[in-house]
Amino acid sequence: MTAAPAEVSIEGVARVFPGSGGRAPVRALDPTALSVAKNDFITILGPSGCGKSTLLRIVAGLDRPSAGRVLVEGREVRGPGPDRGMVFQSYTLFPWLTVAENVAFGLRERGVPAGERREVVAAFLDKVGLRGFEGHYPKQLSGGMQQRTAIARALANDPDILLLDEPFGALDNQTRGLMQELLLGIWERERKTVIFVTHDIEEAIFMASRVIVMTARPGRIKADVPVDLGHPRHYTIKTSPEFSRLKARLTEDIRSEAVLAAQAP
Amino acid sequence: MQALRPLQPIGRGPRIVLGLGFFVLFVAAWAAATLGGFVPGTFLADPLTMVQDGWLLVTRFGFLSDIGVTVWRVLGGFVLAALVAVPVGVLMGAYKPVEAFLEPFVSFARYLPASAFVPLLILWAGIGETQKLLVIFIGSVFQIILMIAVTVGGVRRDLVEAAYTLGAGDAGIIRRVLLPATAPDIAETLRLVLGWAWTYVIVAELIGSSSGIGHMIIESQALLATGQIIFGIIVIGLIGLVSDFLFKGANRLLFPWKLA
Repeated sequence: MTAAPAEVSIEGVARVFPGSGGRAPVRALDPTALSVAKNDFITILGPSGCGKSTLLRIVAGLDRPSAGRVLVEGREVRGPGPDRGMVFQSYTLFPWLTVAENVAFGLRERGVPAGERREVVAAFLDKVGLRGFEGHYPKQLSGGMQQRTAIARALANDPDILLLDEPFGALDNQTRGLMQELLLGIWERERKTVIFVTHDIEEAIFMASRVIVMTARPGRIKADVPVDLGHPRHYTIKTSPEFSRLKARLTEDIRSEAVLAAQAP
Repeated sequence: MQALRPLQPIGRGPRIVLGLGFFVLFVAAWAAATLGGFVPGTFLADPLTMVQDGWLLVTRFGFLSDIGVTVWRVLGGFVLAALVAVPVGVLMGAYKPVEAFLEPFVSFARYLPASAFVPLLILWAGIGETQKLLVIFIGSVFQIILMIAVTVGGVRRDLVEAAYTLGAGDAGIIRRVLLPATAPDIAETLRLVLGWAWTYVIVAELIGSSSGIGHMIIESQALLATGQIIFGIIVIGLIGLVSDFLFKGANRLLFPWKLA
C-alpha cells in the first residue's frame, strides 16, 4: 500500500510538557512512529487531549518534540515553513486583511509579483467557491467561509504537505459535510500529501485512505486502518455497508479510549 | 421610548441629545450658583463674565498665540515621545529578552511624576522650549512604551503561527502580523496619552514660562481674574475634545476592518 516513497516520516516522536508550579510533567505523546506516503490523505483520529494536535504541530514545526524527529522528504523539521501549509481549528484569518489579501499572504512573503498574485488568488477563491468575496473582511464571513478562505490561503502557497487540525470542528454538521466534500474534491484534483486531525469518526473515514487511531493521553498509535473506498468519493458513500463496517470498528476502538480519557484526572 | 436595559444600544439621535444635555445641565448649574449669588465672583466667575473675559483675552491680549504655543508644545513633546516609545514598545512586546531588560525600569520610571521633574529640568535645560518639551516627553514616553508592549505581547498566538506556516520570517511576523494587528490599539494608546500630555504641558507652563495657556492661568490668578482662568481651562477641554474626534475619525479611516 505504501509503495510510494515516504514524504513524511515521524520517528520516535514524543512530547512531554514540563509541569508548571510544582505539578508533574504531562506526557502528551508517547514515542510515535508513522510514515505518510507522497500524495496520501491520512486522518489522525483520537479523543480530545490525546496528543493528536501536538503531533501535527510538531510536523508543522510549531512545537518541538521532546524526543525523536520528523523528516520531510528526508530533511529534519526544525521549524515551520511554507512547504507545510496548515489550517487551524480556530479562525486564523488575519482580520485586518481582506479575503483576497489573506489568500495572497504567503505569495507576498515570497515576493510573487502583484499580477501573478491576483491570478493565483482568483483561481483558489474559485476552487473554494468564494468568488465575489475578495474584498470582504473575515469578520463579515460565516465560520464555514472563513475556513474555506483558510484552506485557499494554505493551498495558494503551493505547499507539498497540507496539515489540518480539526478545521471543521467549530462548524455545524451540514456545513461540515459540505466542507469535507470540498476538501476531498480539491485533493482528488491536486493530490497533495494531507494529514488531517479530527475526533469525528465519519469525517476520518470519509476523507482518508488511512485512518490512524490514537489512544487516550499519553497518545500513541493504537491502529492503522486502511480505507479501501474508491475515488472520487460521493457523500452517499457514508451510507454504504463498507463505510458502516469501518465506522463500527473505529467506534469500538475510539470508545474504549474515550472512556479512558474521561476517567483520566 | 424603550425600557432601560443593561448593554442595550442607543440610537444616534438620542445619543447626541443626551451628550449635549449634560453640557447644558452643567452650565445651567454653574450659572445658577454664580448668577444666583450663592458663590462670590471672586472665587468663581459666572458664565457671562467668563465669556466676556475670554473675548477680551482673544481680542486684546493675543490669547490665540498662547493657545498656539501650548498646542505646539503638546504636539512636539508628544510626537517625540511617540517616536521613541512606539518602536521600543513594539520591540519589548515582540522580544521577551528586551522586555525582561527594560520592563522593570520602565515600570519604575512610569511612576516618576513628570511635574516633579520641572525644577530639575529648569536647571538642566533652562526655561526655554526644550524644558517644556522634556516635561511632556518624560510624562508620556514610559506610559506609551508599557501600554504598547502589553498590546503587542498580547497578539493572538495562532495568527503568528499561521503566518509562520505561510512562510513568514521574523521580520515578516513583526511587519505583517504584529504591527497591523496592534495598529488600532496603538492609535488608541496614543489618543489616551495625548490627553495626559495636556496635563503635563499646563504644569510646565505654570512655572517659569512667559507664554502659553498655563502662563495665562497663573497670571490671571495674581489678578483674581477667575473668568480668564476658567476660560483657559475650558479652551483646553475643547481642544482635547476636538483632538479626540480627529483621532477617532482617523482610526475609522485607517482601520476599516475593526468596524467591518
